[in-house]
Amino acid sequence: MNLTLKVWRQSSPNATGRIETYEAKNIPSEASFLEMLDIVNEGIIESGGDPIHFDHDCREGICGACSLAINGVPHSKESGITTCQVHMRKFREGDTIWIEPFRARAFPVIKDLIVDRSAFDRIIAAGGFIDVRTGSAPEANAIPIGKEDADTSFDAATCIGCGACVAACKNASAMLFVGAKAAHLNILPQGHTEKDHRVLAMVRQMDAEGFGNCTNQYECEAVCPKEISADVISKLNRDYAAAAVREAVAD
Amino acid sequence: MNSLGKTLLRFWNSSIGKKLIVAITGLMLVGFLLGHMAGNLLIFQGREDLNDYAEFLHHMLHGWGIWFARIGILGAFVLHIVATVSLVQQNRAARDSRYSCDATVQAPTSSRIMIWSGLTVIAFVIFHIFHFTVRLDPDLAAMKDPSDPARHDVYGMVIAGFQNPLVVLFYIVAISLLCSHLSHGIASVFQTLGLRTVKTRVAIRNLGLGIAVLLWIGFLSIPFLVAVGALEEPATPAAASAPVIEAAKS
Ligand code: HEM
Ligand code: SF4
Ligand code: FES
Repeated sequence: MNLTLKVWRQSSPNATGRIETYEAKNIPSEASFLEMLDIVNEGIIESGGDPIHFDHDCREGICGACSLAINGVPHSKESGITTCQVHMRKFREGDTIWIEPFRARAFPVIKDLIVDRSAFDRIIAAGGFIDVRTGSAPEANAIPIGKEDADTSFDAATCIGCGACVAACKNASAMLFVGAKAAHLNILPQGHTEKDHRVLAMVRQMDAEGFGNCTNQYECEAVCPKEISADVISKLNRDYAAAAVREAVAD
Repeated sequence: MNSLGKTLLRFWNSSIGKKLIVAITGLMLVGFLLGHMAGNLLIFQGREDLNDYAEFLHHMLHGWGIWFARIGILGAFVLHIVATVSLVQQNRAARDSRYSCDATVQAPTSSRIMIWSGLTVIAFVIFHIFHFTVRLDPDLAAMKDPSDPARHDVYGMVIAGFQNPLVVLFYIVAISLLCSHLSHGIASVFQTLGLRTVKTRVAIRNLGLGIAVLLWIGFLSIPFLVAVGALEEPATPAAASAPVIEAAKS
C-alpha cells in the first residue's frame, strides 16, 4: 500500500510542533499500524533523519502504552481496540492519515507523539488503592462477593490507563479513567471502607492536574479500547456527592 | 473562614461540585419552563382564563408570591450562568491544543453548542422581560381587559406582540435553541446526579428528548396559532376561520 502521512513533529516539550508530511510506500496490508510507522522510521533513519517518536510496549492491547490520535480519533475509529491492534488493511490505497499525539494540557508532549501521562499515576497514588497488610495472599474466597458486583468491578478494572478517554474528550476530562478506577475498588468489600476518602482524593487530584470537566457527551466511552461505559462516571458523581456531604457534616 | 464555608467553597471549586450546581439549577429552570408553558397555554381557553391566571400570579400571597418566584428563578439562572461560564473556561484551558484533524465520534451537536444556546437564551430572556413583563412598548402597556378594565389584558398583549414578524422570528430561534439546550441538558442532569445506569439510560434519554419536544411545541404553538389567526376575537373555536389582523389592535 502507498499512503500519505501527516504526522505531528515536536522536538521537545517546549518547542513548537508542526504537522509534517511523509510518503509511506510499499506497506504490506497485513502490517499493524505501529509496524507501518516502524517501516517509515527505517526509511527516515536511512536517510539520516530523526525518526518519529511514539509510545508502545506490549503491542497486543493490554499494557496501555500506545497512544496516537489517528485521523483525530484516539486509537483510530475502530471501536474496542488500541492503536497497536489497528491494522493497515483497515485503510485504503492512497489514503491520507493524520497522526497526532493525545492532546490535553494535563498530558504535555515530551517528543513528537509521546505525551507525559504521569498525571494518571498521581491520581492513582492519591486514592486508587486499598490499604492491606502485605505478606502472604489471603484466601481468595474468604470474603464472598456477589456475581453482579464482581462482574461490574471487573469491567471497570479492565481499564489499562491509556488516556484515550482524555484525548477524545472535548474538555480533556479524565472522568472515565477516574470513574473506572474508583468504581473498580468502591464496588468490592475490600475497597468499600476507604470509599469516601478515595473518591474525594482522586477527584481533587484530577482537578489539580488540570483535566477538564465532564459535559456528558460520552466521546470517552466511544474510544475506550476496553469499552468502559460512562456509567462509571455516573457512579463517580454519585459517590462524590455522597462523600462530599458526609465530609461536610462529619467534622 | 469557618469550616462549613471552606467546605462549600471547596465544593464549588471542584469539577463535580460545580456540575452538580449546574444540574440542580438547570432542573429548577426546567420546572419553571414547564409551569410557564402550562400557564401560557391557557391562552387557548380564551381571554378570561388567561387574564384570570395572570391576575392570580400577581396577587398570590398578597402579591409577595410572584416576587418569591422571581427571586428564586433569577437566583437559579444567575448561578447556572456563573457556573457554566466558569466550566466552559476551564474546559477550554484543559484542551489547550487542538487536533489538526478534528473528529467527533458520537457527541450530538446540541451538546456541543450548549454555551451558544445558553447565551441566546440570556439575550432572549432580557428581550422577553422588557417586551411582556416591563412592557416598554406603551401600546402593549396600555391594554386593558375589555370585561374588566381595571386589569391588564395579557391575552390581547400576546396577540398584538406577535404581530411583528421580527419578534416572532427571534422567538422561534430562541425557543428552538433552548429546546436544543434541553435535549442534551435534561438527560445530562441524571448523569451528573449519578442516576443514569444501564437500566435507566434509554428511558432518561427519551425523557429528555420528550420534554424538550413538548416545550418546543407548547411554546411555539402560540405564535403559530396567532399567525394563522386561530386566536382572534372572539376567542372561541368558531373564530379559527375568521379573518385576521384587525382584532389584534383592539
Ligand atoms: C431557561 C434557561 C435554562 C435552562 C432550563 C437550562 C438547563 C440546563 C440543563 C438542564 C443543563 C444540564 C446540566 C447538567 O449537565 O447536568 C444545562 C447545562 C448547561 N447550560 Fe443551561 N439552562 C438554561 C440557561 C442557560 C444559560 C442562560 C446559559 C448561558 C451561559 C447556559 C449554559 C449552559 C451550559 C454551558 C451547560 C453545559 C454545562 C456542562 O455540561 O458542563 N444555560 N442547562
Ligand atoms: S477508561 Fe478506557 S480510554 Fe480511559 S484510560 Fe482506561 S482504558 Fe484508556
Ligand atoms: S502497546 Fe500495549 S496496549 Fe498498545
